[in-house]
Amino acid sequence: MNAIMPKLSRRVFVVTAAAAGGGFALGFHVPGALRTAHASAKGPEVTAWVVIEPDDTVTIRVARSEMGQGTLTGLCQLVAEELECDWSKVKAEFASTNENIKRKRVWGTMATGGSRGIRDSQTYVRQAGAAAREMLVAAAAARWKVAASECEAQKSLVMHKPSGPTLRYGELAGDAAKLEPPKSVKLKDPKDWKVAGKAVPRLDIPDKVMGRPVFAIDTRLPNMAYAAVKHCPVFGGKAGSVDEAAIKDMKGVLKVVHLGNAVAVVADSYWRAKQAVEKLPVTWAETEKNAKVSSASIREFLKSGLGAENIPLARNDGDAKAELAKAAKIIEAEYEAPFQNHAPMEPQNCTASVTADRVDIWVPTQNSEASAAAAASASGIPLDKIEVHKTMLGGGFGRRGAFQEPVREAVLIAKAAGRPVQLIWSREEDMQHGRYRPVSMSRQRAALAADGLPVAWTFRLSGHSIMASVRPDSIKNGVDLHFLAGLYDGTYAVPNFELSYAMRNTHVPVGFWRAVNSNQNAFYRECFVDELAHAAGQDPYQYRRKMLQHEKGRRDLAVLDAAAKKAEWEKPPAAGVHRGIAVYASYGSYAAGVVEIAMDGGEVKLRRVVIALDSGHVASPDGVVAQIEGSVVWALSATLFGEITIRDGRVEQSNFHDYPMLRLDRMPVVEAVLVPSGGFWGGAGEPAVPPVAPALVNAVFAATGRRIRSLPLTRHGLVKA
Amino acid sequence: MAQLNVNGRVVDVDVEPDTPLLWALRDNLGLTGTKYGCGIAQCGACTVHIDGAAMRSCAVTVKDAAGKKVTTIEGLAPDGRLHKVQQAWIEAQVPQCGYCQTGMIMAVAALLESKPKPSDADIDAAITNICRCGTYARVRKAIHRAAQA
Ligand code: FES
Ligand code: FES
Repeated sequence: MNAIMPKLSRRVFVVTAAAAGGGFALGFHVPGALRTAHASAKGPEVTAWVVIEPDDTVTIRVARSEMGQGTLTGLCQLVAEELECDWSKVKAEFASTNENIKRKRVWGTMATGGSRGIRDSQTYVRQAGAAAREMLVAAAAARWKVAASECEAQKSLVMHKPSGPTLRYGELAGDAAKLEPPKSVKLKDPKDWKVAGKAVPRLDIPDKVMGRPVFAIDTRLPNMAYAAVKHCPVFGGKAGSVDEAAIKDMKGVLKVVHLGNAVAVVADSYWRAKQAVEKLPVTWAETEKNAKVSSASIREFLKSGLGAENIPLARNDGDAKAELAKAAKIIEAEYEAPFQNHAPMEPQNCTASVTADRVDIWVPTQNSEASAAAAASASGIPLDKIEVHKTMLGGGFGRRGAFQEPVREAVLIAKAAGRPVQLIWSREEDMQHGRYRPVSMSRQRAALAADGLPVAWTFRLSGHSIMASVRPDSIKNGVDLHFLAGLYDGTYAVPNFELSYAMRNTHVPVGFWRAVNSNQNAFYRECFVDELAHAAGQDPYQYRRKMLQHEKGRRDLAVLDAAAKKAEWEKPPAAGVHRGIAVYASYGSYAAGVVEIAMDGGEVKLRRVVIALDSGHVASPDGVVAQIEGSVVWALSATLFGEITIRDGRVEQSNFHDYPMLRLDRMPVVEAVLVPSGGFWGGAGEPAVPPVAPALVNAVFAATGRRIRSLPLTRHGLVKA
Repeated sequence: MAQLNVNGRVVDVDVEPDTPLLWALRDNLGLTGTKYGCGIAQCGACTVHIDGAAMRSCAVTVKDAAGKKVTTIEGLAPDGRLHKVQQAWIEAQVPQCGYCQTGMIMAVAALLESKPKPSDADIDAAITNICRCGTYARVRKAIHRAAQA
């Protein structure tokens, strides 16, 4: 079994097998999957990515995070493919963040987001596998004193072809490791792949079904205490006076730590810490301005952006305004989408151990280098003395990359407490102090030509820019293209098209929420296109086809056709069944969806969702199917119920009872159609999300004749939470 | 101090009697396979068996669990073997992040004890755990697979 088996690491606190076997963990353990490179694989490092033990076990190092998206397995498949090793002997381990910093980033970036885990690193990890293979072959050739060209590697063996002897990789690794890596290597054509591109069991699943401690929140260190935290409920506020005396006699309470915008209590168990922090009287210092903000005031603020003058244009083909001025009939609609929270099942947490000259942290992170930087700045200890112990993430979805507040807090708390501390944000803190998907609004106006297709279209967005706070330098000439994902580079052929964005930043922190701005943008565009098709009296599938009849639109067209075919769009649906369709390109891939619903007493019942995806190449097909299934659920939760609202400057929702999730009973049939067309590497974790909301909302129109222009559907009485 | 019977062993835990069982398992006994997701009986990540029934351990106090048989994911199958639900989970490649899955597996194992061949409607009614990664389609498939095993 290719499990990532826990094993003794250099910092040996535990043997996790005890926990797996039904007994009790021996008091201390560190998550099994956090074996970092310097602490674990002992055999010779053939390349930085590949360690081979004498018994032929191949340890492949993974620099990206595993948050459920299957990247760990997919990357290993790519390395193993070029390495020509026996897949059953492959293990994975996370590369050490500390060594990456010291070794001039030999493993490249460790950030994991934007559906980039595989597509951005596939070239160099495949090259690393190929280089290791060539070095093993060269080592064998040297031993046999023959030409390397006479030798061939296969299934962890090198064979001298003319005479037939073989050497195992385990026998060659030591010699190979001493060789200079080749300057250039030739990669296989994906059509020759044997391991990559095939459905293989994921490496991380056995540990996960056994309940082994693979998550950061499972970390148990000697002398470790626990911390619970509460943040100023109004964003931007600070903790004022704190009445520590009120809790000092509570059992197990050790310390109160001030964190600026938050206060933490350290205790000997998490439950005691949580009880105490809830009881702790804190006077918050918040600005009056922020404390007055509500969802209604935010809505007015955004609305002012829809008609604002002198907004720079992100795209301006032809002269849409002039054409609209001439048009006899204009179709116009305003759409809006609310804030959303990530709410990963593993709440924000970080365990920190801080000594005078070293910091160790265990954290679910999508960017361990950013975590290390946050730990360094919070502790004042240099970056090369920080180790981030990477663990499996209990979901990420964009919450745990650019924003590292739990790391900062845990380090400060552990430093103040003088012992290792595990900080856990309660679900309520996680819900009310997120980095939300931005609120946004749009106004579209279009005129149709005689053939029914749009001749002119203006598209104005208004809303909160993520880049304005995260990467302001990416905003050029006042245009934030990131906010316009999928629109400024959209492929529909419209002769006169104008796109603009009025930035309206609120006091609510925003961030990258799986599929980010493509969520809202797909909802706006693809529902509006449905309105246009309806106005033109045309079938919404055929209408889209007509707008994609050009070279740039060929991949969108192909996925649209694939989804329609699978869903049998050309046949009328069964009685009582209604359908909607949508297409959207994001994260380097192309996706289209068909959603089938039925109505039951005025309520939407989900029946079936078909998604076609062209991601170019596919490293791990079953992993991509799983990502499509997960993307559909993600989008459905948001479309049906998801809404973070603001009142008195703070988030109103607090837990899953008022921020509900799709559950099994409403789960539709999901059919994933993979149509990789080759020649490029697109993402897989996000692109299936954007088409779902518009396809569903278009199905609601087909069923009811109602145009739903704001989400979620619970707002419209179409779904009961 | 309270006394619990967990995975066939009787143990003392130094907690207030109204402490949720979840935290006694995780912090006092080191049984971290049982997960915290919401703390208000909404998500099911903390599901364990109490006298064979699936219960959300964040909503059961240590006092109420005393004198009953508590089984956690670590004790689901003896000696590190795989329970048929775990086996089906691997075969159907259910988990994504995995965080919800131990609770999901415990809920399903209890369901199959009471209803060895559950219908889809039985599954809908009994398995109300939240999976943010969205593994529901595979969960259903794996339940039917485990029911055949
Ligand atoms: S943690 Fe107990 S149900 Fe969510
Ligand atoms: S597998 Fe991630 S929450 Fe269920």
